[in-house]
Formats: sequence, structure tokens, C-alpha cells
Amino acid sequence: MRITEFFDRGEFVITAEVGPPKGTNIDGLIEEAKEYLSDISAVNVTDNQSSVMRMGSLPVCIALKQAGLNPILQMTCRDRNRMALQSDLLGAAYFGIDNVLSLTGDHTTLGDHPTAKPVFDLDSVSLLYNMVQLENGKDIAGNDLVGEAPKFAKGAVVSPCSDSVDAQIAKMERKIMAGCEFFQTQAVYDSEKFASFMKKIRGMGITTPVQLGIVIPKNAGMCKYMNANVAGISIPDEMIQELAADKEKAKSGETGLAIAARIIRECRPYVQGLHIMAMGWESKVPQLLEMAGLK
Amino acid sequence: MLITRLKDKEVIESLITTKAFVVNCHGCKEVSFPEEEANELQKELMAAGKLTGIITTDYVCNPDNMKLRLERYAKEIEEADTVLVFSCGIGVQTIAEYMPEKKVCAACDTYPLPGYQGVTPLEHDCDQCGECYLNITGGICPITACSKSLINGQCGGAKEGKCEVDHNMECGWERIYRRLAQVGRLDVLKCPVQVRNFATYKDLSNE
Ligand code: SF4
Ligand code: SF4
Repeated sequence: MRITEFFDRGEFVITAEVGPPKGTNIDGLIEEAKEYLSDISAVNVTDNQSSVMRMGSLPVCIALKQAGLNPILQMTCRDRNRMALQSDLLGAAYFGIDNVLSLTGDHTTLGDHPTAKPVFDLDSVSLLYNMVQLENGKDIAGNDLVGEAPKFAKGAVVSPCSDSVDAQIAKMERKIMAGCEFFQTQAVYDSEKFASFMKKIRGMGITTPVQLGIVIPKNAGMCKYMNANVAGISIPDEMIQELAADKEKAKSGETGLAIAARIIRECRPYVQGLHIMAMGWESKVPQLLEMAGLK
Repeated sequence: MLITRLKDKEVIESLITTKAFVVNCHGCKEVSFPEEEANELQKELMAAGKLTGIITTDYVCNPDNMKLRLERYAKEIEEADTVLVFSCGIGVQTIAEYMPEKKVCAACDTYPLPGYQGVTPLEHDCDQCGECYLNITGGICPITACSKSLINGQCGGAKEGKCEVDHNMECGWERIYRRLAQVGRLDVLKCPVQVRNFATYKDLSNE
């Protein structure tokens, strides 16, 4: 089901993310998703995340759909040209997968196949535009599609705490112009910065629904790593100290969940939904929602 | 070797707000430039009162050489809202950097031609993409200044202004955004969605 329909109904849309394995077995992934993620609106499936080769997003979306969940197909422009992207979109539509998140994708040199050819034939903006073309019964070259045209809920990402936030907003506007209907954000750790970002875009007249992005912090080391290496993320020192203070509590997830729940409560008035990137902690999603007062 | 083709007349006209100053580069041995067509178009624009002046030079990409020539036309350049450069992508970028306050536009598209590649300045690069984007980027080449050659804006990978691919390199799209803000042209980022055309000059001439 298209998640735009939930937004239209004024629901607070909660999604989470799963990452396909580097292998052929997804039984565990599907079981976990069924157990912990079946109450939420939809589940994103990442696409060779961080440029590390894994099973494709599309087959995992199909398996989730067959298991009764509502998948969101993440598509990056790093590995496929416009022909391959479009044929996968048509395939997705056939399997009833109607939520797509358009991403440019990390560069190949950042992952485990640094010598591969980076494609970037399209980008996050032109892929959204391409989806609109397909919805209008045409491919991006202007040729007619045969039969019923697909219809997607078209999403994209934005990095609200980026150090080049104005360039990010300019890109956000281009995504909306191209057809974007909802945004999921990069992980937020600074509620104030996020609130001012939301006030700024709403003040500019941007009305597209935004889902707050959350990565549950696991420990101080992970936070320091993200601060040094992940774009658009800056975790305040006090938070890192909070995690370092009690190693046992951090390990069990208690501290991280408390921090994440706090950020969600602080940011909730500004957003239309929540997107959780649990990174292996999918089993803790129900507890997080409870702590954040969303269940 | 490379070849430049004039952009469509309507496109060139649309780049001028009221008056433009024209810089022609008759280039180096590497470039094949559509001299006659450019002359004709410029004559027309001049007659219509749309130009404050024209200079024709070679090696626009040599900043010292170009600076000396442009200094003599300070008044004409001042009077123009746009500097229209008829050259390969490198020439346009050199001039845009020389006058960062000014709206500098490319009047040509640059395509590669097989053959020996000459010596070009190191600070600027042109991949001869065939559809020059300098007019929507404030004169900074998105094909060579962005590691992913993105033409619709910044990816989410820049950290502290540096590109995700090369931490020693400034993010090309941050530079573009800053330059556009500096010349008050951020509105060009509202231009239609751009899709690269990977057809080559050879494919096009066989049309
Ligand atoms: S956009 Fe860049 S690569 Fe393309 S013609 Fe212009 S300067 Fe050259
Ligand atoms: S960080 Fe900047 S220069 Fe690097 S790929 Fe992204 S947009 Fe291009």
C-alpha cells in the first residue's frame, strides 16, 4: 500500500529499515521483520547500502510483501543505468511494490567493490522524474508503455543537520519539483538543529511530509565513528558521555533507546512520521516506539 | 581535440537579461570553433542593441593573457549584466572564476573529437560532455568538479565541505551553491530536471 495514503489520512507514519544479507538466505530477515515490524506502516529495504554488495532490494521487497508486510523499495543510481532502473521499476509494480525511495547512492569507492564502475546515469532527482514519466505511461526516452501504467509513492531523503544545509534544501526543492511526495531524513541527534530546519522549510512553503530519521546509538565508539565519517551527522559530546557512562546499560540498549526516544519526543511536533534505521537492532523497535509514546 | 557547437539561438538570447559583453576564444590548435555562425549571431545581437562590446582572443584559458585583455574593457563589462563566452568549457570556467561577481555564461557546448589532447590549465577541467551545464552552475563545471558528475545538485555525502570520495577535494556542489548565491542567481536551481545525454558528437552528426 502506498504510504502517501497514510500521510493523506493524517496518520503519523512509522517506517523502519532492513538490510539484505551478503548471501542467499533471507529466512531470518523475514522472520524478524514479521515479528517486530509488522505493526508499522512500511519497511524500507536498502539497496547495496554503503556500496557494499548484497542481495538486491527488489527480491527482498517481494519476499516481505508475500509475508504480509508493506515494503519500500530503495533505489540508488550507483549500480544501474536508466534502462535497468526502469525495468526494475516495472518489475516492482508487477509484484505490487508501490513505495519507492530514490537515492543517488554512495560512491563505489566507499564500499567493498572500490574498483567497480560507478554509474550515476540518473540521480535521485532524475529518477523521481523518471517515475513520473512511467506513471504517465511513457519511459524516460518518451516511448509508450504497454497496458496499465504503474503508480508509486515516491520518496527521497534529505540531510537536515548537514553542514551544507542550504545546498541540501535547494536539492530538496528540486526533488519536490521532480515529483517527490515524502522525505525520510538522515539520522538526527540534534533536536534543536532539526527543529530549526523544519521551521525553515515550512516557512519557505515546503509542505511535503517529512519522517524524522533515527539511528539508535549503540555505544560511544559507534557515535565517534559516525561523527568522523558519516555525512550530515553530528552527535553532541554529552550524548556520547551518556553512552560511555555505563557500558552495561549501553550494551543492553537501555541508554541508546532512551536517547532515541528522547529525540523522537522532542522532534515529534515538527514531523509527519518517523523512520528508524535500527542497523541490526530491529528487535528493539517495538520497545523504542513504546518508550517514545508511539504505541 | 575538441569541438564546440553554438547553443540554440533562443537559449543564448535567454541568457542575456538586457545587455551582454561577448568574449570569443579562437582558441588553441585543439579546438574547432564555429567562427562564422558565432560572428553572424553576434552581429545580430549587436544590431539589436543587446551587446556592450565584443572581444576576440585566443587562449582565454590563460588567465594572465586574458586578464590583460579584459582590463581594457572594464567599462563595457561593467555595463553588461551578462558575460557571454564563446569558447570551450575551460575558457568559460576561467572567466567565471576571474569575475566571481558577474553572471558568466557559456554560449557553446563542448564535444570531444578523437585525436591528441593538448595542454590545458590544471585548475579547470572540461570533460567535453556535449551539453555545457555552466549556465546553471555559475560557471563551475559539475561534470569535473563533482565526483559523481551530478547535474541536479549536491548528494548527501559532503562532510565539512569536502567530497565523500576525496576528503582533499572541496565538494563541487558546495562551490556551485556558494558561487550562485554570490552572484544572486540561486533561482537557476529551479530550472527543469536535467538528464545527461550520453550520445557522442559522432552519433549526433550521423543523425
Ligand atoms: S559542463 Fe563541464 S564538461 Fe560539460 S562542456 Fe561544460 S565545462 Fe565541459
Ligand atoms: S560530495 Fe559533492 S562533489 Fe562529492 S559526489 Fe557529492 S555532490 Fe559531488
